[in-house]
Amino acid sequence: MGMIWKGLQMTLIISVGAAALGMLIGTAIALIKLQPKTRAFIAPKAICDVYVTVIRGTPMALQLFIMAFVVFAIRGFPQVVTAIIAFGLNSGAYVSENIRAGILSVDKGQSEACRALGMSSAFTMLRIVVPQGMKNVIPAIGNELVALIKETSIVSMIGMFDLTMAANVIGSGQHLANYAAPMFVVALFYLAIVYLLTLGIKLIERRLRKSEKK
Amino acid sequence: MKRNKKPRYITHKPTPVEPLDPDALIEVQHLSKRYGELQVLNDVSDKIYQGDKIAIIGPSGSGKSTFLRCLNMLEDPTDGYVFFEGNNLCDLNVDINVQRRRMGMVFQQFNLFGNMSVLKNITLAPVHVGLQELKRAKRENLKNKFLNLFRGKDSKMPAQHVQTTKKQIISDAQENALRLLKRIGLESKANAYPSTLSGGQRQRIAIVRALAMNPKVMLFDEPTSALDPEMVGEVLQLIKELATEGMTMVIVTHEMGFAREVATRVLFMDGGKIVEQGAPEKVFGAPENDRLKDFLSKVL
Repeated sequence: MGMIWKGLQMTLIISVGAAALGMLIGTAIALIKLQPKTRAFIAPKAICDVYVTVIRGTPMALQLFIMAFVVFAIRGFPQVVTAIIAFGLNSGAYVSENIRAGILSVDKGQSEACRALGMSSAFTMLRIVVPQGMKNVIPAIGNELVALIKETSIVSMIGMFDLTMAANVIGSGQHLANYAAPMFVVALFYLAIVYLLTLGIKLIERRLRKSEKK
Repeated sequence: MKRNKKPRYITHKPTPVEPLDPDALIEVQHLSKRYGELQVLNDVSDKIYQGDKIAIIGPSGSGKSTFLRCLNMLEDPTDGYVFFEGNNLCDLNVDINVQRRRMGMVFQQFNLFGNMSVLKNITLAPVHVGLQELKRAKRENLKNKFLNLFRGKDSKMPAQHVQTTKKQIISDAQENALRLLKRIGLESKANAYPSTLSGGQRQRIAIVRALAMNPKVMLFDEPTSALDPEMVGEVLQLIKELATEGMTMVIVTHEMGFAREVATRVLFMDGGKIVEQGAPEKVFGAPENDRLKDFLSKVL
C-alpha cells in the first residue's frame, strides 16, 4: 500500500503542476492569438501558431522522451520538473484553443456595449467577455484536465514512480490474481480522481450558469 | 488607460479640417467609410446642435447604422472627422473612452451584459469611472506629499480633499440606478438577470443604462427593430419622454410615424450619402428627391 500511496502522490503532483502550467500558457497564447493583426503581433502570433501545431501534431510520449532525454538530460535535474514542464507545454496548446474558442463565442455586441459606455478594452475583456466566455470554456477545460490526468501514466516510460508504475511493481508473481489485483486497485484510484474532478467541474459550471436560470 | 492600438486612420491624404462651429455639439466633416471596395459612407457632413432630435431614415444598406456607429468611433472612419464638443474623436491623442462616456448608445440587440443583474448592468460603468477618479485623486495626493518633501516652504502643494469613499460611490450609483429603474417601473427587476426579461424591458433597461452616465447625446441604433410589435410602444414612449426633456438624440429608425412625431430634423440616407434632409413635415409631406419619394411610397 505504501507504494500505491507514493505513486498516487507523484501522479497528483505532476497533474496539478502540469494543469497549472498549462492554464498559464494556454491563456497567454489564446490572448496573443486574439490580438488584431498589427505589426507588433505578427511574430508572436506566428510563434504561437507553430507551437500549437507542433505540440498537437506529435505524440505526447515522444515529447516526454525529448524533454527527459534531450532537453533536460542533465544529471541531477529532478524528473518531476521535467514531467511537469512536458505535460504543461502539451496541455497549454490544447487549452489555448479551448480558451480562444470560448472568448470568440461571446457575442460581439457585449463588448461593443461596454466600449460604448466608455470603458477600456482591458476592462471590457476582464469584466464582460472573459466571465461569459468562461461558461463555455469550462466543460472543454474539464475534458482536457481529465485527459491530462490519465495521460500522466506514461511517465512510467521514463522510469518515474507514479500510480501506473506502482501497479506494475507490486503486481508480480505466478498467479493471475497477483498482478491483476493491483492494476484494478490503481484503476479505481484513477477513476476516483477523475470522478471527483468531474463533480467539481459540474459544480463550477452550475454556479457560472446561474445567470441563465429562468 | 491603454488605447486601442489599431490605427483609426488608413488614409492617403487626410482632408483638411474646416473651421468648427462653436455651437455644434457634434460636427461631422466629410466622413467616409469603406470596407475594401465597398463604399459605405461617402463624404457625409452634418452638424448636430444641443437639443436636436435627429431621425435617420433610409433603405437597408444605405449606411445609416454605420454613420451612427462612426459618431462614437465604434467603426473607424477611413476619412473625415467627427468632432464632439470640439474634440476630434478621430485623433488618436484624444482619449476616446472619456468622450464616449458622454455619448449614450442603445443597440438594436439590447446588448445587456448577460453575466450581471440589471442593477449591476446599470451601475458598472458609473462605479468604475467614480472609482478611477478616486484612485487618481489619491495617487495625486500621495505624489504631492512625496514631492513636498523636496519643495521649499512656500511652494508646497496642498493636498486635494478627497471626500467620497468607495462605499459612497457604489451606494450613490445604486441609488441613481434604482431611481432610473423606478422611472421605467422596473425597480422590482433590479436583481433579475437580463435573460429573464422581455425584449421591451431589456431595451428600456439598456436606455437607462446609457442614461446612468449622464450623456450629452443619445445614439439609438434601430432601438425597436428587434422587438415584438406589442413591445415597440413602451420603448418609443420612453424615448419620447427623453425627447420632451430636451435630450439631444440621434435615432436610426424604421418607425416613420415616430420619426415624424419626435424629430426636429430628418435625414434621408441612400448610397452612403445624405440625400435629403429637413424638418419632418417637409421630408414626409413634400419630398423632393425621387429616391425618397420611392422609399416613402413603399414604407408609408
